[in-house]
Amino acid sequence: MADSPSRVERPLSPHLQIYRPLFTMVMSIVHRITGIGLYFGMVLFVWWLLAAASTPSAFATYSSLAGSFIGLLVLFGFTWAMLHHAFGGVRHFIWDFIHGFGPQERMLLTQVSLAGSVALTVVLWIIALAVKG
Amino acid sequence: MAEFTLPKNSQITPGKVWPKPAAAKKLTEFRIYRWNPDDGRNPRIDTYYVDREDCGPMVLDGLIYIKNKIDPTLTFRRSCREGVCGSCAMNIGGTNTLACTKGMDEVLVKGVVNVYPLPHMAVVKDLVPDLTHFYAQHASIEPWLQTDSAPPEKEWRQSKEDREKLDGLYECILCACCSTSCPSYWWNGDRYLGPAVLLQATRWLKDSRDERTGSRLDNLEDPFRLYRCHTIMNCAQACPKSLNPAKAIAEVKKMMVERHV
Repeated sequence: MADSPSRVERPLSPHLQIYRPLFTMVMSIVHRITGIGLYFGMVLFVWWLLAAASTPSAFATYSSLAGSFIGLLVLFGFTWAMLHHAFGGVRHFIWDFIHGFGPQERMLLTQVSLAGSVALTVVLWIIALAVKG
Repeated sequence: MAEFTLPKNSQITPGKVWPKPAAAKKLTEFRIYRWNPDDGRNPRIDTYYVDREDCGPMVLDGLIYIKNKIDPTLTFRRSCREGVCGSCAMNIGGTNTLACTKGMDEVLVKGVVNVYPLPHMAVVKDLVPDLTHFYAQHASIEPWLQTDSAPPEKEWRQSKEDREKLDGLYECILCACCSTSCPSYWWNGDRYLGPAVLLQATRWLKDSRDERTGSRLDNLEDPFRLYRCHTIMNCAQACPKSLNPAKAIAEVKKMMVERHV
């Protein structure tokens, strides 16, 4: 039709901006973020291996950086990201077998994986620091 | 790549505050997304006050009150007013649900009822989203009984046990609350089928009378159509009929594995 109005450009309705952050949704996002974080953690891990395999001075540089407050903080974060991602993996594994989909079960599973990752990280670090002395 | 922010023409601007109804004792504030295709302006949020003593308890009652008594230009879909038709699906108080089955007092955020159209959809007007693509995706899974053997004299028979396998699947009213609550559908809705359509796909995969299970699975075996589900669970949380699309999708994924081993 010649006199039909030109096509209007429709707006996109708001999404992330307005959706209430639900716990399972937030934890799914955190699972992704920790997954990406692990890539960077692996770089640090490889750096450690390379430093150990090369010269004593390279290893000393790594050790002083990793032993600093910020270095320890990054390593602590890496530990948590790894454990959180691992717990999340187990959670998804359970879901893959069609278990834990009910309203209470899925909340419980998600809460357990968060609490578990935090608790295990703290325990690991207490042991590590105690062994280190 | 996922687009986390809204495009320029979709950014929300402040709107009009409509006068309170005269002599009303108990008021509830509504903030409603408005967009008019004819005025060339960006979407805005209008504020209305609903007289609770002159209005039913549901969010849909409030919307109808506003349309009848304050602002007749407010546009939304509604039909059955009892959670059967799925027309009045919208985002209320931050989650997707049906306006007709949600009480105003259940969804208050700081005393306000916030109403938006279903998320990440093209807006036709105000609270009316364009569902064309959603319906086309539903059609793509061929949601009807398909058989190869000769038709029976009367109807296709099904045992009670086999019929029960469809419980939790057939009740879907295609309101699109679940699909438009799914972040994965927001970012990949062009190729990912989304929870509602996959729940319907499961409904036909599980039907004992259907004889095209194999080709149905072939159609779904795709990195996007099925496997963009990351078990985020917003769908199950949103469904106004308390169905569980996330679980149905997990069952399809399991069927995929089982037919390969």
